[in-house]
Amino acid sequence: MTDIPSGAVARPAMDKVRASLSRRHRRQFILQALGVTAISLAFLMLFILLASLISSGHKAFTQTEITLQVFIDPGEIRSERLPRGDFDDVLAAALVAHLPSVDPNDRAAMRVVGGILSNGAQFQLRDRVVADPSLIGQTIALRVPVSDPYDQLHKNLLDRTTPESQRRLDDTQIAFFDRLNGIGAISTSVNTGLLTNADSRFPELAGLKGAIVGSFWALLTCFLISFPLGIGAAIYLEEFAPRTKLSDVIEVNINNLAAVPSVVFGLLALAVFIGWFGMPRSAPLVGGMTLALMTMPTIIIATRAALKAVPPSIREAALGVGASKQQVVFGHVVPLAMPGILTGTIIGLAQALGETAPLLLIGMNAFITSAPPTPFDSATALPTQIFIWADSPERGFVSRTSAAILVLLSFLILMNAIAIYLRSKFERKW
Amino acid sequence: MPYPKLTASVFAVAAISTTAAFAQSRDAIRIVGSSTVFPYTQAVAEQFVNNTGAPSPVVESTGTGGGMQIFCGGIGESHADVTGASRAMKASEFELCQKNGVTDITEALIGFDGLSLAISRKNDFGWNLTLGEVYLALGAQVPVNGEWVDNPYTKWSDINPGLPETEILAYGPPPTSGTRDAFVELAMHAGCEELDYVATGGFDGDWVEENCSRMRTDGPFVEAGENDNLIVQRIEADPNAMGIFGYSFLYENMDKLKGVQIKGVEPSIDTIADKSYPVSRPLYFYIKNAHRGVIPNLDAFIEEYMSDDALASGGYLSERGLVPLAEDRMQTLQDNVLNGQSMEGPAG
Repeated sequence: MTDIPSGAVARPAMDKVRASLSRRHRRQFILQALGVTAISLAFLMLFILLASLISSGHKAFTQTEITLQVFIDPGEIRSERLPRGDFDDVLAAALVAHLPSVDPNDRAAMRVVGGILSNGAQFQLRDRVVADPSLIGQTIALRVPVSDPYDQLHKNLLDRTTPESQRRLDDTQIAFFDRLNGIGAISTSVNTGLLTNADSRFPELAGLKGAIVGSFWALLTCFLISFPLGIGAAIYLEEFAPRTKLSDVIEVNINNLAAVPSVVFGLLALAVFIGWFGMPRSAPLVGGMTLALMTMPTIIIATRAALKAVPPSIREAALGVGASKQQVVFGHVVPLAMPGILTGTIIGLAQALGETAPLLLIGMNAFITSAPPTPFDSATALPTQIFIWADSPERGFVSRTSAAILVLLSFLILMNAIAIYLRSKFERKW
Repeated sequence: MPYPKLTASVFAVAAISTTAAFAQSRDAIRIVGSSTVFPYTQAVAEQFVNNTGAPSPVVESTGTGGGMQIFCGGIGESHADVTGASRAMKASEFELCQKNGVTDITEALIGFDGLSLAISRKNDFGWNLTLGEVYLALGAQVPVNGEWVDNPYTKWSDINPGLPETEILAYGPPPTSGTRDAFVELAMHAGCEELDYVATGGFDGDWVEENCSRMRTDGPFVEAGENDNLIVQRIEADPNAMGIFGYSFLYENMDKLKGVQIKGVEPSIDTIADKSYPVSRPLYFYIKNAHRGVIPNLDAFIEEYMSDDALASGGYLSERGLVPLAEDRMQTLQDNVLNGQSMEGPAG
């Protein structure tokens, strides 16, 4: 029996609590405020990055083109000499028809006129004539890209108010272009070439096809090597390996491997794959093998985490009804862990897609004007293509570099979206 | 067979078969070398593919020195066919080539490239320097009052009272770059020789080579990496900073940058061609003759490189900023290269 009123004991404590309450509220408020600030800063950075990429990159998604009525002069192009022929002269003649001030016999002036068209225009015309030689002697409508300085002019990237001597185009050239624009020959269209052309020296012709195909081959090789090896290693370590000093050492090493800078793997690949095995430089196959070295630890770690997350009751139940260890693992544990494994794999591959340093070392930053038909042919990858374009002097590559980064980012977002979808669709809660 | 042995032999077989698989023929030409020659080789490669429909040559920008290492690695499918260089092959590189069996090399001097010192157009001073002033601004050691000491100058006005009172700051290429080699040789050495201290002191070329080759490392000269576009962006952002890079980058950015005159001569295609602009360098490429006729299309590619369409003035290489050779020299060059004349080995 006690008659100590409970309130008497509680009161000093309550007072203390009350006294500290405002301080605790304040602390919580500060913590939350800091959290919100951190998130806003992170978003601000992301916003700045995307905004600067989009503001400079969006211009590369359109291309200025010119529509010409081209008379395919049988005097200049003869069917027996195809595919050779003076296609550039034919095009210049078609242009000069709209520019009465130019004397067609003045070679220097004609060169300036021909410079309005992209260097690729003559080959576009050639391919059409080669495909159908009966076009010789006829007049056809042809839509071809204009060359980079005029493209910049049309996109208002070239300032007309700068003094003439400091401009890429002088007043006559601008007058030519304005006249062509005045008669409606100039149009702007979506730049499909950005995705369907391979690399080129001329910004208006350069595209990412070679890089995308090269990245695809490299990622395929990387997946075929790192996925089975990574899963195999993880299953063995998690389900079968006895817990010894050795397995601890292996575990520490795998975790360390995941943190090794990628450039180290590049040097290793240069010495081993290219130096000893004599594999071809610049090939996506070698790139993929190098990327596999750095993706594998990521896959092993993700797979082990996924296997660990499967509850022991599943294993025990299967063992209880007489399944062998192998049946337990492959019949029950691995299928249940699959969504986690796939998520880890896709994130690992997404990382590999953006990796640049090892690819530079094995020569995947070469200039190649065609897409690689097999993984053994030389190619670039998306990040190394960005690297090459960023280093090109032509002004048109500035916006193309940003556009290529946007393309790379959309591939990364796509891959991560697939990973999230797989996880939310197939993941089981226990 | 016990397990480890089996695995080992499987690996051995795999290694041998991969080696064998890659030793088979390659149908694309492989080109390495200087980042300065790279744009020109790119243009030729693209034109060549468009004209002939041959497989696209693989052009890699490795820097002059790196290109020589790969080129001189040996004869055979896995070694490069052509390397570009922004300076002549060095004696040590020629020996390396000889040692690895690359004995028959043709040297082609394709033209000249100006090295420009440039500054933002926002800077309104009419910059006009002598090479001696350039050396005093950027050399590691300079003469002060008859003593050869570490460079004390921090402002342009310290060097010449007629120059603005702004900090000396120049962005330039790192030592691995051919552009840097050329700048040291053409601007720094020449500038050093112009100085009274050196001219009257009776120092010879070896002394200049030994003492005037180092750029200063105390801040005013900043190594900005191989990416010339980066240098362009930096000097655009800082109106008092100068940049050192190939003329083609100045040519493409004339609306934002202006060239610094050297003794009153502005860098331009004309002044580089007639040599009145002193800082211009020869560009070369080297062909491995043992690969001719073995690697498909190599001969056709070299023909395209040597054609008048490409090389002559008004050709598509001069449109990219290459300053072509004089007509008679070009004729000799075309004959020599197409006949595969073997080089003797560098003098130096």
